[in-house]
Amino acid sequence: MTTVTHDPAAPGPRLESRGIRLGDVLFRGVAVAAAAGTTALLGLIAYKVIEQAWPSIEHFGLSFVWTEAWDPVKDNYGALTFVYGTVVTSVIALLLATPISIAIALFLTEIAPRRVAAPIATMVELLAAIPSVVLGLWGILVFGPWVARHLEPWLQDVLGFIPLFDGTFYQAGMLPAALVLTIMIVPITSAICRELFARTPRDLTDGALALGSTRWESIRGVMFAYAAPGIAAAVLLGLGRAFGEAIAVAQVIGGSDNIHTSLFAPADTLGSRIASQYQGATTPLQQGSLLYLGAILMVISLTTNVAAQFVVRRFEKQRRAA
Amino acid sequence: MSEITPAGADPFDITVRSNGLGRRRRVEKSLGFLAILSAVAAVGVLALVLGTVLFKGIDSLNLNLFTEPRPLFGQEGGIADALIGSVLIVGMSMAFAIPVAVLVAIYMSEYASVRVATFLRLVLDVLNGVPAIVVGIFVFGLLVVGHGQSAVYGAFALSILMLPMVARATQEVLDIVPRSQREGSLALGVTKWRTTWNIILPSAIGGILTGVVIAVARVAGETAPLLFTSAIAANAISLDVSHALPTLPVAIFVFSESPDPGEQAMGWAAALVLIAFVLVMNVLAKIFAGRKRRQLEGS
Repeated sequence: MTTVTHDPAAPGPRLESRGIRLGDVLFRGVAVAAAAGTTALLGLIAYKVIEQAWPSIEHFGLSFVWTEAWDPVKDNYGALTFVYGTVVTSVIALLLATPISIAIALFLTEIAPRRVAAPIATMVELLAAIPSVVLGLWGILVFGPWVARHLEPWLQDVLGFIPLFDGTFYQAGMLPAALVLTIMIVPITSAICRELFARTPRDLTDGALALGSTRWESIRGVMFAYAAPGIAAAVLLGLGRAFGEAIAVAQVIGGSDNIHTSLFAPADTLGSRIASQYQGATTPLQQGSLLYLGAILMVISLTTNVAAQFVVRRFEKQRRAA
Repeated sequence: MSEITPAGADPFDITVRSNGLGRRRRVEKSLGFLAILSAVAAVGVLALVLGTVLFKGIDSLNLNLFTEPRPLFGQEGGIADALIGSVLIVGMSMAFAIPVAVLVAIYMSEYASVRVATFLRLVLDVLNGVPAIVVGIFVFGLLVVGHGQSAVYGAFALSILMLPMVARATQEVLDIVPRSQREGSLALGVTKWRTTWNIILPSAIGGILTGVVIAVARVAGETAPLLFTSAIAANAISLDVSHALPTLPVAIFVFSESPDPGEQAMGWAAALVLIAFVLVMNVLAKIFAGRKRRQLEGS
């Protein structure tokens, strides 16, 4: 750093200019340190989580991931129940949230007049601002009982021939968890879709309309084709959020050590199992196994997230080139 | 064009078939109806949740709620201890996160090359996607093991969640500060760091505040990181941040799993207080965002 202040081109080491330069160098140094620290933090998080899970990783190996077991008495653990719970709740949430989000985004950009669209967009944003623990409180005390009393009997009547929709009705289970997750990811995906649709060049859609397409045909043929990678990224971001949500799910999913076929039955996701049992771990192996679940969750959600970021960046590059 | 309309799937192809116009109109109408229905459903769920929290929480909303700590066994009580704990922990997390976040953003927009800035943007976005509960596990392993829980560790965990949100918001607004402001200042012989500090940051302050307010609203409701760092706390009002302090989200989480109707009522009241705070912060964010736009348009 001192070499910078002894620049031979400078007219002589006056005290004043030296002080000013020092300020620049210092400020730059602090900013660099902050940026480097943030990058290092990401690596440190991954290292620390895996380090804590190590007793279990060492003991059970990779087969932990596809073993269905959670037996504190025999000190034998596996993650399959929770991986299954995480994937099934998140995929259901995604299947419901994606069409709803696209529909909301279309309503806001194509159908509603500006005067109506702005306040509704704000309200959908506010839905994302509700803390997950409050949504979980509502989920366990109000929504779950409603699902058990009305939605699940109806689903069994209509779709009961599928084993997924056949079983005892519970107030807390996989279905209310998936629905609460849907509520959490709709605002995220619909906000991204809205921006994508709003930025679709008007002349493209207008061209389709001028050629005699109906509004929907121009949306499906032009807008969707244009926004498809962006929609994929939005869906991935929503999926990452659904995978990682622990609290609201822990409140409404009920908790279970085993996989049940029925969506009505209690279950657990990776996040919900950690949140509900972190205090009760008695043996080092049990605690290590809980944190192993955390490590699996970290890997899954980081992969989803990085994939989403790459889709977004490629899409942006492609659009700038076009 | 050729990229987005694969051969054989030309969207304009449809228009050649002029028959079936009635059916196409019907499709159009019913899909429009579904779109409206979806928007109504989203707004309806929001109204339902907010309405339920208001309706169930308002009964327990009295002065005691803000002056008394949580009751031990079914007596009368409030949530003052959790409220104070939340304020202290969120306040500390702001003190940890905001300076670092602003510095990272300054580095990205004022110093870093395009490649480095792009990489840092990816780092921040990935950090933003790390599940809150994983951050909790991280801080548990880094600090809590061997030292025990403390409000400071809780604040550190929340600041990790806040950092990428504030840094991205700041960087985005720094990028739209006009070049002419920087060049004018530098041309007058002002050093780079003084230019950044006295010229660029003040004109970006509206955008930074918007980011801060949204981040605060979000971390104030975070439960998962606090479960590992500041959850095992007494039901008593305390200002000692070196020990675990109770917080609103953790209190709501515990109340929500209680079979006792009295505790559930406390949960609704705490939820009402938390939601009110989050809504106020979101309104503030809108106001700051408006200020940012005016300011940048004015310059």
